Amino acid sequence: MPFKSSCSSKSVSLLKGAAFGLALSSAALFTSASHADWKPTKPITFVVTGGPGGGADQMARLIQGVVSKYKLSPQPMIVVIQNGGGGGQGFMDVKGSPGDAHKIMIGLSNIYTVPLSTNLPFNWRDTTPLAVMALDEFVLWVNAKAPYKNAQEYMQAVKSKPDTFKMGGAGSKREDEVVTAMLEQATGSKFTFIPYKGGGEISTQLVGGHIDSDVNNPIEHVAHWRAGEVKPLCVFDKQRMPFKTKVTGDMSWGDIPTCRESGINAEYLMLRAIFMPKDVSKDEADFYVKLLAKVREKPEWKEFISKGAYKDDFMTGADLTKFLEEDEKRHVEIMGKANFLAKK
Amino acid sequence: MDQVVSLLQGFGVVLSVYHLWLMLLGIMLGILVGVLPGLGGPNGVAILLPLTFTMPPTSAIIMLSCIYWGALFGGAITSILFNIPGEPSSVATTFDGYPLAQQGRAGEALTAAFSGSFVGALLGVLLITFMAPLVARFALKFGPPEFFAVYLLTFCSFIGMGREAPLKSIVAMMLGFGMAAMGMDTMSGQIRMTYGLPQLMQGIDFLIAVIGLFGIGEILLTMEEGLAFKGKAANISPKVVFQTWARLPRYWLTLIRSSIIGCWMGITPGGATAASFMGYGIAKKFSRNGDKFGTGQVEGVLAPEVAAHASGTSALLPMLALGIPGSATAAVLLGGLMIWGLEPGPLLFIEHKEFVWGLIASMYLGNVAGLIIVLSTVPLFAAILRVPFSIIAPMIIILCAIGAYTVHNSMFDVGLMLLFGVVGYFFKKLDYPLAPLVLSLVLGDKAEDAFRQTMLASKGDVTIFASNWLVGSITLLALVLLFWPLLVGIWNKLRTSRQVPAT
Repeated sequence: MPFKSSCSSKSVSLLKGAAFGLALSSAALFTSASHADWKPTKPITFVVTGGPGGGADQMARLIQGVVSKYKLSPQPMIVVIQNGGGGGQGFMDVKGSPGDAHKIMIGLSNIYTVPLSTNLPFNWRDTTPLAVMALDEFVLWVNAKAPYKNAQEYMQAVKSKPDTFKMGGAGSKREDEVVTAMLEQATGSKFTFIPYKGGGEISTQLVGGHIDSDVNNPIEHVAHWRAGEVKPLCVFDKQRMPFKTKVTGDMSWGDIPTCRESGINAEYLMLRAIFMPKDVSKDEADFYVKLLAKVREKPEWKEFISKGAYKDDFMTGADLTKFLEEDEKRHVEIMGKANFLAKK
Repeated sequence: MDQVVSLLQGFGVVLSVYHLWLMLLGIMLGILVGVLPGLGGPNGVAILLPLTFTMPPTSAIIMLSCIYWGALFGGAITSILFNIPGEPSSVATTFDGYPLAQQGRAGEALTAAFSGSFVGALLGVLLITFMAPLVARFALKFGPPEFFAVYLLTFCSFIGMGREAPLKSIVAMMLGFGMAAMGMDTMSGQIRMTYGLPQLMQGIDFLIAVIGLFGIGEILLTMEEGLAFKGKAANISPKVVFQTWARLPRYWLTLIRSSIIGCWMGITPGGATAASFMGYGIAKKFSRNGDKFGTGQVEGVLAPEVAAHASGTSALLPMLALGIPGSATAAVLLGGLMIWGLEPGPLLFIEHKEFVWGLIASMYLGNVAGLIIVLSTVPLFAAILRVPFSIIAPMIIILCAIGAYTVHNSMFDVGLMLLFGVVGYFFKKLDYPLAPLVLSLVLGDKAEDAFRQTMLASKGDVTIFASNWLVGSITLLALVLLFWPLLVGIWNKLRTSRQVPAT
């Protein structure tokens, strides 16, 4: 049965060939590099702990694309989605491969929320943190037809009728519900929180009027905002976003007031960071830190940041460890108050 | 006719040598991706996505969407020949496609599947061309109650269709629900039924179960029955294509019915897999040959394929017009659009006209090219069944293993797939149906989420399922289908009792 066999093997080699071909051609360029620096010797597995097409996946695929376009690594990156258990599957994979220098992972704030709410035996200290690539903003959105002019008005309405306003969010006891809990704690109100699978689904539900509000990231609602379907009330950050280009007819991301300006004392930024397994050498970790720093200089990255209205922030080394420690402490505090912590 | 003018401009964009070449390449890759069980459209598109970052967006989407068409076409091939669904949406194709192949009519089954796919896709594209803005708004009406009603409708249209004892169907369906519940529970945020195995945290992937249950299970059975394929005497003359075509028009009602189901499920977005099951279930209930379904009916191949392809195509509509992906592949394409710097949503049609209409034009051309390519391979594929079983069986097992591995690049899944093979073997030996298990495995957790979201929003009030005309009529339709055999029985009884006094 000559046809069948050629058919199945061809499909594998064609696909793999497509992915590896670029790498092989770039490998030749690097063989003469100095021996002091460590370089990967086989394809790098890039573990994504979010769903396909979501924010983490987009960022991972952009990094993969930039790395292969500018030939930044002698070996290609292979993006593998391991989003089972809210990303827990990917965490356990990285924790379970100490010393593996050919594996990196993109993690979000789910590195705290998932273990804290489910007792998953994982902590970010079980990995080697490499770099924070960006921070993700959260915005309070309502349907454009809603009568509220600002966050204050909306939260007063929510407060006057506890447990009637529907807040949609991705997952249960994850980032979206943590932000909702902060909002409730800051204003003394109570939402009916409805968990969905992901941000895309929630956007549609808000546009269709099936929920009253959500706390989606800017990129998840930008299309609907421009089309006049939803309106932003406030951003959960210390200061306004720096982007001045008009997104809609008369507003830019920078025109959205902070929640604090509306008298709501709530701030939240989500991590988008790269990790690798524990017990790797300094040379090995440095290779990736340098690689990621190079990715950040490329125009594709800059465009990605401004399109998604991410907070441009790059942290490595001691800064990063300090940041993770503080961020984790905050999560324990907020989630403890909201009763989201799993019982030991 | 704005649309016609725009469409012609779209054809102008697509009809360049470079784009036609990309289209052919995409379709060939797609067919290969579809043939390999496990790889599937979403994975295939995701793997090739980074390669397109350097292309202009229009060229990139043409190639990627052609991979998608190719995968939809290719999924039917292994379903029919070996009872191994290459794509989740082609599970229902095995029900009649595989019996046809065993009778030596693989060529007919393949031709029917490909032609059906083409008809479904064509209607989906026509819908996108002429009704995009109108239909897209409709998708917004779907909240949790409506989604649950649609899933209920899928289950109800499928209930009571097997020959097996109803109790066995229920056992199989409940097993499926149990497996669908494994992994992360969206509603409570807890991880359930993983038995301490991190690999089970994402639940049991539908493809792994299907490859094992159908593919390996079938090989085990065949081995027991004498190491030979029943479809050896397959007709491999190219004439079979035209002979099958001549008979297709008589199934016009099934074609229309499945197209409507497919377009509906693509837009809402219920997905191609649900659409194919519903297409098959409804055709079985309402077709004149309904009771012969499952024994090798060409109509039983057409019904799910038309629905799957119509749904796969129309799933792109809500993605382009609203930014809601109607399928897993559409979700990956959506990620691509954003990386290329295009924002899907209502303004895409205005700001990036060339892109949108180029894509739509490529849907027409891609499907025509796809149909020609796959039809020309019918004799080749049908000839595979003439190869001795002892040569082909090990290859199928390798194919299944590669398929299971590629889903998440994990050896654990290969073991799981083999385990499912044994389960599949016993299911067949003990006369338990596989279809209800597969259906509840696919839709189980979605239905659960939708139901619990609804109950959260309504604070436990079940009457929400009759709270507006949309959800009310879908729920009613589901209940009518559920009790259909009973209603028919009562009707017949009434009629005979009225006739009795007359005679």
